[in-house]
Amino acid sequence: MPDTLAKAQVRAEAARLLALFEGQGAQVVETPILQPAETLLDLYGEDIRARAYVTSDPMMGEAMLRPDFTVPVVQMHMAEGAEPARYTYAGEVFRKQEDDPHRAPEYMQVGYEVFDRANPAASDAEVFSVFSDILAPQGLRAATGDLGILLAAVRGLTTTERRRNALLRHLWRPRRFRALLDRFSGRAQNPEGRKALAAGDPFEGMDAPVIGLRSRDEIEERIAALREDMTTPPIPESEVALLNDLLSMRETMTNVCENLRDLAVDMPSIMGAVERFSARCKALEARGVDVENLDFEGSFGRTTLEYYDGFVFGFYAASRPDLPPVATGGRYDALTRVLGRGSEIPAVGGVIRPELLLAAGGAA
Amino acid sequence: MTIKLGVPSKGRLMEKTFDWFADRGVTLARTGSEREYAGAVTGIDGIELVLLSAGEIPRELAAGRIHLGVTGSDLVREKLGLWEEKVGELAPMGFGHADLIIAVPKAWVDVTTLDDLDAVAAAFRRRHGFRLRIATKYHRLIRDYLRDNGVADYQLVDSQGATEGTVKNETAEAIADITSTGETLRANHLKVLSGGPVHRSQATLFKSRMAEWSKDDRRILTDLKDRLGLED
Repeated sequence: MPDTLAKAQVRAEAARLLALFEGQGAQVVETPILQPAETLLDLYGEDIRARAYVTSDPMMGEAMLRPDFTVPVVQMHMAEGAEPARYTYAGEVFRKQEDDPHRAPEYMQVGYEVFDRANPAASDAEVFSVFSDILAPQGLRAATGDLGILLAAVRGLTTTERRRNALLRHLWRPRRFRALLDRFSGRAQNPEGRKALAAGDPFEGMDAPVIGLRSRDEIEERIAALREDMTTPPIPESEVALLNDLLSMRETMTNVCENLRDLAVDMPSIMGAVERFSARCKALEARGVDVENLDFEGSFGRTTLEYYDGFVFGFYAASRPDLPPVATGGRYDALTRVLGRGSEIPAVGGVIRPELLLAAGGAA
Repeated sequence: MTIKLGVPSKGRLMEKTFDWFADRGVTLARTGSEREYAGAVTGIDGIELVLLSAGEIPRELAAGRIHLGVTGSDLVREKLGLWEEKVGELAPMGFGHADLIIAVPKAWVDVTTLDDLDAVAAAFRRRHGFRLRIATKYHRLIRDYLRDNGVADYQLVDSQGATEGTVKNETAEAIADITSTGETLRANHLKVLSGGPVHRSQATLFKSRMAEWSKDDRRILTDLKDRLGLED
């Protein structure tokens, strides 16, 4: 970064932010820098190897330098935390920057996480407004989104469970999601090889043995699934259009509220999510957030590494488009479900990068 | 006052490299005893020959310790992040052809494309409780390729040799490796996914962007490119 700030200055800023979060009633926690790689790989997939530093230890096996705090904080809370809980932390995270060597591979994050199942809308609003108040002096631009609405919209599509699951699985990979949606709605051809599976015995004339762990059963199961899929009618054009409207929405939060209610008339599946959205709107207003001027983007949060599945937000330095977001956060109930092996704790939180906050302040 | 040219130190790759330069009037030769890794360049002034393992040439180019180097285009892409910023391709040399491919058991009659592989990976993980394993030594190339194509629920397991055997041995469900004829794949009951190889590799003459290039060095490079018939 051109204006790399002295580490001591960044640490002092981190300490200031930590104290502010503590002032909100959060308990200060620490997590190890070395994290078992397995958990993170299972969550994020192989892609995280390109983003995180992997090292190995003769005792613990493969380990990663902490790429974020969320996972260890959730684990700690699930193991020993009492509910409701508010945590704050400050420390380095490590991310390889293979595609952009100008971005720092090691930087401080100061975070605030809320585990409270009483009133999710109020918790969402609390986290956002705490961040918004702390960041107010820098005049950052805030953007918000809601992955919960997208998830509900996909779950409501008129098609098979299998197709809905395939789309849900790729919600965080927009290009793949688009390719699947095009195919399921009849806009794109099936991939090659499918026709040959439609009739007869696909194993006829096969001269090779079934080798490896994937059994003949599994192969036949998928052939049956593909055959069923070939006779599945396309997702109705009208539903795809509504989904596209949702994805391309860029409006202020107040306007979105009205638009979403209109959309929900034709898309009843999102009604519950829209109600959660308006409850959040009200809760934000009650905390003094200017929702009339708060941006909402339908696709916001779809390309992050994180596991957000509800409210999402980011704060940006408008004068410094070269900088990554100064702060990001959101709701990650799904993450607690995966890490908790069935038990789930509604959770929402976010992080600030003190170095970027200082840089943004300097430029303002 | 010399520039360093790194070439593979042994085998067919070395011989083919020597032939390629000889055809263009530049003689590369090993000197000293057969076991000594020393070499000489004749037919042009100012070039010092450095004999290296082909696998180390990308690293030496990126460190700027050699100015020019001959190695596989696959190795440069695998071993160097942002390779285009560190090296430039001067000439594809027309030998050492090999395709980096992804292969699955031939008996997977339901799998033709990457799209199928992705769907199978999801089902496999549900059934077996772990991510579908792809054995390879080309971690970066394969991971980037699969990410760009939106494949999830897989893991790469390192395999430095006999990769085609890993499926039968049940240490992987699929493989990603270099192949020139595909015979080893067939013999191990594997088939290549459609949609073209991940990378078509061949021996390539690279220029380091990280090495120091003095005025004299640049003049030598211009001479060499003239001699080799390369565009500026």
